[in-house]
Amino acid sequence: MPVNNSNSLLKGLAARDPRAIGKAISIVENNGQGVTEILAGLDRKCIEEVLVLGITGPPGAGKSTLTSSMISQLRSDGKRVGIIAIDPSSPISGGAILGDRVRMMEHALDTDVVVRSMATRGRLGGLCASAGATVRIMAASGCEVIIIETVGVGQSEMDIVRLADITLMVLAPGFGDDIQAMKAGLLEVADFLVVNKSDLGGAEALVMDMKQIFATKEKESDIARVLQSIASENTGIKELLDAVQRFTTYLTINNLKKQRRKKAMEGETLDWVFEMLRPTLTRKLVEQTGQEQIDPRVRAKELIQQMLPINYHR
Amino acid sequence: MSIPYRVLIGKPGLDGHDRGAKFIARALRDEGFEVIYTGIRRTAAEIAATAIQEDVDVVGLSSLSGAHLRLFPEVIKELKDRGGADIPVLGGGVIPDEDKEQLLAAGLRAIFTPGTPAATIIQSFSDACKQQ
Ligand code: B12
Ligand SMILES: Nc1nc2c(ncn2[C@@H]2O[C@H](COP(=O)(O)OP(=O)(O)O)[C@@H](O)[C@H]2O)c(=O)[nH]1
Ligand SMILES: [Mg+2]
Repeated sequence: MPVNNSNSLLKGLAARDPRAIGKAISIVENNGQGVTEILAGLDRKCIEEVLVLGITGPPGAGKSTLTSSMISQLRSDGKRVGIIAIDPSSPISGGAILGDRVRMMEHALDTDVVVRSMATRGRLGGLCASAGATVRIMAASGCEVIIIETVGVGQSEMDIVRLADITLMVLAPGFGDDIQAMKAGLLEVADFLVVNKSDLGGAEALVMDMKQIFATKEKESDIARVLQSIASENTGIKELLDAVQRFTTYLTINNLKKQRRKKAMEGETLDWVFEMLRPTLTRKLVEQTGQEQIDPRVRAKELIQQMLPINYHR
Repeated sequence: MSIPYRVLIGKPGLDGHDRGAKFIARALRDEGFEVIYTGIRRTAAEIAATAIQEDVDVVGLSSLSGAHLRLFPEVIKELKDRGGADIPVLGGGVIPDEDKEQLLAAGLRAIFTPGTPAATIIQSFSDACKQQ
């Protein structure tokens, strides 16, 4: 029985019907029929209450494995969990192999684990354009915790910090070059640093190194921010989630979760404004003739002034 | 820009031959498909539940070990049980000619055996996706 109109999809979401959840995400991702009705009709209270965790870190550090072991722990705590696993689209073909799921298949038959694999579809920054909307759809379908696994290419993946309430950076021994590249970047803004593969040599040294970087943050909230795990053996996961839980409480009582969310919503709104203006602006630009000699920045200003009453001082 | 098709490539049963499945997955990616790969040794139920969650347009199954007559129809049944009877299923691997008819009768849309050119297989995925 095909579920298609947005009303029955919204009902299906509230009833936690897997097919409805999958369809709703596809419609939003593909900008299909009913996208506005679906997004406007989502339960705002669920969205407000959900906890969004971002998992980032270099490919191979163990993000997917860690996610799977976090799912196990959250499930034994009785939580319904959503997972958004993002992999890059090929810039040449536009296609993608979405393989994070391979490490999460033990949860495939658990109807309270909602997984969606998504491709970046040309978007930079480590997420896909519809990651935020997918979080909200999953929340409306009753998910209490949502984990987002980013592409994991490193330095420039700042989008996750904005979308997630709490960002976890996963590292492992032997990723020295990646770590150097991230020192001025994601490492500075991550809330937690997880040293995974602590069964391997070099983990202790990495922890010491990271403790130094996270010292100020640890002091500010009095919660350990550098933790160790062996994701493949489910070791250290309970401790990690306990720390995350304490940090969530810290964010909530200091009104920081609300502030982070507000910024996230504003940022995403702005992204969509630019995205929606793009086709019109592109068309106007293509229609222009004889403007090739004008400096692009000057030309941009003139183009915007034709459309909006903006006064530029520079 | 057109919307990429989403497909799932699954390996039901105990069969560990994954070269063909990975070959198909890469070939599809190179033609612009988004491919969800489940890895080896999955049950029919796991593959069907994943296909529903991921809202794929088509499911592709690979089997080289001889268990296709049992496992492929089982995936179709599991899909049906989950409200996914409309999702087309393609199959491939080491499958004797005399088994093909039986699989097609059980609801598989097409079966491809060793030596089939990638282009033929991709065309079949495209056609099946288009009908969705
Ligand atoms: C390589 C190979 C192996 C490798 C596998 C490596 C790997 N990771 O995949 C190794 C050495 C590990 C291996 C082991 C075994 N193998 Co072996 N293996 C082969 C061999 C020689 C080639 C398979 C291959 O990789 N082909 C290349 C790929 C690209 O082709 P393909 O998978 O057929 O895919 C094509 C099509 O079939 C189709 N296709 C495939 N999947 C899909 C999916 C979809 C959706 C679509 C549309 C199309 C499609 O498209 C592809 C392109 O045309 C075959 C013989 C053969 N000629 O097929 C035997 C064969 C499959 N193996 C066989 C056997 C018996 C075994 C073992 C049991 C041997 C043993 N006693 O230990 C083990 C079991 C392994 C296991 N755990 O399951 C038998 C199976 C017999 C049967 N079906 O009754 C075969 C047929 C050999 C034979 N003639 O006896 N094997
Ligand atoms: N030794 C060890 N290996 C691990 C651990 N966690 C994950 N792995 C392995 O590391 C590899 C990459 O893991 P994956 O989760 O796919 O990493 P991702 O690319 O960051 O998502 C896999 O082979 C895992 O089995 C761990 O704690 N210890
Ligand atoms: Mg991964």
